[in-house]
Amino acid sequence: MLIDWNNFSPWTALAGGALIGLASAIFVLFNGRIAGICGILGGLFRPQKNDIYWRLAFIVGLIIAPLIWQLFAALPIIDISASNSLLAITGLVVGISTRYGSGCTSGHGVCGISRLSPRSFIATLAFMFAGFVTVYIVRHVLGLNFGLGA
Amino acid sequence: MRKHFSNISVVLFALLSGTIFGLGLILAGMANPAKVLAFLDLAGLWDPSLALVMGGAISIGLIAFTLAKKRNISFLGLKMHLPTTRIIDKRLVIGGLAFGIGWGLSGICPAPAFVLLGAGSIKGIIFVIFMLIGMEIYERIESYRKK
Repeated sequence: MLIDWNNFSPWTALAGGALIGLASAIFVLFNGRIAGICGILGGLFRPQKNDIYWRLAFIVGLIIAPLIWQLFAALPIIDISASNSLLAITGLVVGISTRYGSGCTSGHGVCGISRLSPRSFIATLAFMFAGFVTVYIVRHVLGLNFGLGA
Repeated sequence: MRKHFSNISVVLFALLSGTIFGLGLILAGMANPAKVLAFLDLAGLWDPSLALVMGGAISIGLIAFTLAKKRNISFLGLKMHLPTTRIIDKRLVIGGLAFGIGWGLSGICPAPAFVLLGAGSIKGIIFVIFMLIGMEIYERIESYRKK
């Protein structure tokens, strides 16, 4: 295994992770909810009364974060090499599968593991495993380089 | 009046939480799909950053959820909505695997997708639109299956 020392950013990764943990902590302790983006978003599709605005507010928070960031510093590089059609297909897949599996990286990966949920351990193992295998096949079996930034 | 006020604080804390979450993603480098894919590429030049993001988040999360589990109501007086399902079924595993494939092909998961949208990335906007369509498709399939 070769570690990419030029791009490995342990301190900002830990600090950013701590902020994500803080956001989840605020959300569960004040709002009594899991900061799982798919669950928050999914509840907007067949919304119940009085159950809409806090969901929208969380999503709006994610959307304005880069705008707030830009008040103080330039945004880090955003590099998306997948084509538009691949993004459309993967967007569909992610939308359906995260609802079907009741969670994504935030709900299962961060909050679920934090509350020591066996379901979330399994879900996180499943999507990590599939992610590793997918990238392996794309880059090292098929030899395609989308996502590599090329 | 009191109820009205508390509704506003519920929305404000959700906004605050979403904003801090988004800033954390940007600081951690996770709003850059190429960096996420560099973590998933074990056989290439591997960037372990994402593991530390998870570690940082979970170490704070462990404390918060230990506290949260002991409470019946939140600091704002709301009912605690912690998941109660304990069954590990095929939905959980198949859903997780399919999500991992989509994540591995694009480098984008739902939270960073909205940060990308806010950053004005056209590709991020395309991903979000189709993710929302996917969620609507899920809702329709579910309501059809229940008939």
